[in-house]
Amino acid sequence: METLNLLAAGPELILAAGAIILLMFGVFTKGESAAVTTLWLAVGVLVLAGIFAYAQTGDTEYAFGGVFVSDGVSRFANVFMFFGSAVVLILSRDYMIRAKSMLFEFPVLVLFAVLGMAMMVSSADLISLYVGLELQSLSLYVLAAFRRDSTRSTEAGLKYFVLGALSSGLLLYGSSFVYGYAGSTEFVAIAERLKDGDAGVGFLIGLALVIAGLAFKISAAPFHMWTPDVYEGAPTPITAFFATAPKVAASVLLVRVLYGAFGEVADHWWQIIWFLSAASMLVGGVAAIGQTDIKRLMAYSSIGHMGFAMLGLAAGTAKGAESVLIYLAIYLVMNIGVFAFILSMRRDGVHVTKIDDLAGLWKADGLSTFCLGVLMFSLAGIPPLAGFWAKFYVFQAAVDAGLIWLLIVAVAGTVISCFYYLRIVKIMVFDDPADAFDGPMLIENRLTLFGSAVLVFIFVVGGLGVPEMAAEAASVFAK
Amino acid sequence: MDAFLLEYLPILIFMGIAIALGLVFILAAAIAAPSNPDAEKVSAYECGFNAFDDARMKFDVRFYLVAILFIIFDLEAAFLFPWAASFGQIGMFGFWSMMVFLGVLTIGFIYEWRKGALDWE
Repeated sequence: METLNLLAAGPELILAAGAIILLMFGVFTKGESAAVTTLWLAVGVLVLAGIFAYAQTGDTEYAFGGVFVSDGVSRFANVFMFFGSAVVLILSRDYMIRAKSMLFEFPVLVLFAVLGMAMMVSSADLISLYVGLELQSLSLYVLAAFRRDSTRSTEAGLKYFVLGALSSGLLLYGSSFVYGYAGSTEFVAIAERLKDGDAGVGFLIGLALVIAGLAFKISAAPFHMWTPDVYEGAPTPITAFFATAPKVAASVLLVRVLYGAFGEVADHWWQIIWFLSAASMLVGGVAAIGQTDIKRLMAYSSIGHMGFAMLGLAAGTAKGAESVLIYLAIYLVMNIGVFAFILSMRRDGVHVTKIDDLAGLWKADGLSTFCLGVLMFSLAGIPPLAGFWAKFYVFQAAVDAGLIWLLIVAVAGTVISCFYYLRIVKIMVFDDPADAFDGPMLIENRLTLFGSAVLVFIFVVGGLGVPEMAAEAASVFAK
Repeated sequence: MDAFLLEYLPILIFMGIAIALGLVFILAAAIAAPSNPDAEKVSAYECGFNAFDDARMKFDVRFYLVAILFIIFDLEAAFLFPWAASFGQIGMFGFWSMMVFLGVLTIGFIYEWRKGALDWE
């Protein structure tokens, strides 16, 4: 373990080197076209890192003296985060140019944020966890405030920063308790220490604080207050980014901390996760009903989905971890598809985000309506679409663990959330048409929307290999 | 109490002394100090010039840039000292770690230079 082992951290090194080189490239060139070039190069770096992560196979490997781990879970998360972020970057190009915000810092910041996420999912130590989390968070704060001329955007950035700093503080304070009572910051050593018996009440305070800090990052209720405001205020491509890769990273990190470091004391933390999961599912369902802005609606939708993901986590088994990974992968694909459509909602050159703007879309653009409808049905969890299977796996893990009451809450949450997803379909198909959007849709948005609709459709055919990949990844948590 | 927690006893004693000492000074000032305020004494403290305005005023964002640059390079120096002091033990790995760190800082420095953060008109 006491070696550098740089090859295990290959994808992260590609991202780090790529981000630094692109920063220098960007600052020595001028103009919007150079910024667009930077964006395409950043997409290339992400794809390269994604291919590297996909090609990594074999046993669990440690790097940097044991604070960094490359195993099935981190590779699984890396592949989805890298390719997802690459697609979001491609979708951002047109919006950022129209908003006159196409600066080369944008793709560079996205690269740094993704690097932070990759470090989060690979962390094997409380300190590397914190460094990865901060790299991700700091980049995201700047991205949220990227349109400096817009008060909404700067407000979103400031809000996110203040609450993010609070959650980082909680996390650090909790980490210091864990270190003080378990005697180490390394996950493996903490798990070893916990095998010898209870580490005392101080350790439990640390555990609760660490979970609260991470719950902020995945916007689980009751730590969700920042999410709707930040999603609404941030530029839409950046909202799309927020709703996808960071959620995957923080959830996988939560899995890694709870299963890896604190696996021995599952009977202490499962009730916290139980509550977070139940509260998120209900808040995500109920609070979304009254929304009129589709970005706010997607914010509450993401809160609800994180609740479902934690349902698998609360199970506390390797099967639970597997179901969380499947859930996150499907969630990522569905959300990218929906945001590909939201990003193309323009009327007279102005970007619109009201749900009512979708009225009667069916007559103007049948194919897009159909694809968006499929994604809404999938988000609601209606068979045979992928969203149903995502819920199916987590429900199954929860049943095996005997979490009957949580399951009842989950079913209630699903039914409530069906209402607002289906309302969007109803508005698109049956309402009187609003003025048409500026057309035609860009080819990259159209392809992404269409592609993700097709993917959630054909997931039923053997799951496209995702369940097998997740099962192999989660086998590191099998006892 | 086990031996592990006993190691923290000096810290506890220090905290006790600090709290007691702080209280003594505050109380002593309240009881024993002469109190005859004038306009000069109660006005806000400004370094080197007269207090003339509210503390909540707009100031140039470039002050902030200079301050943050100072912190970055101040921290760099803070890392360099222990690195230099233990250079004999840390070997080539320690050397290259610091070189990578300095390289990353230099990249940031080039960025802000090119961006004009160091120009004051």
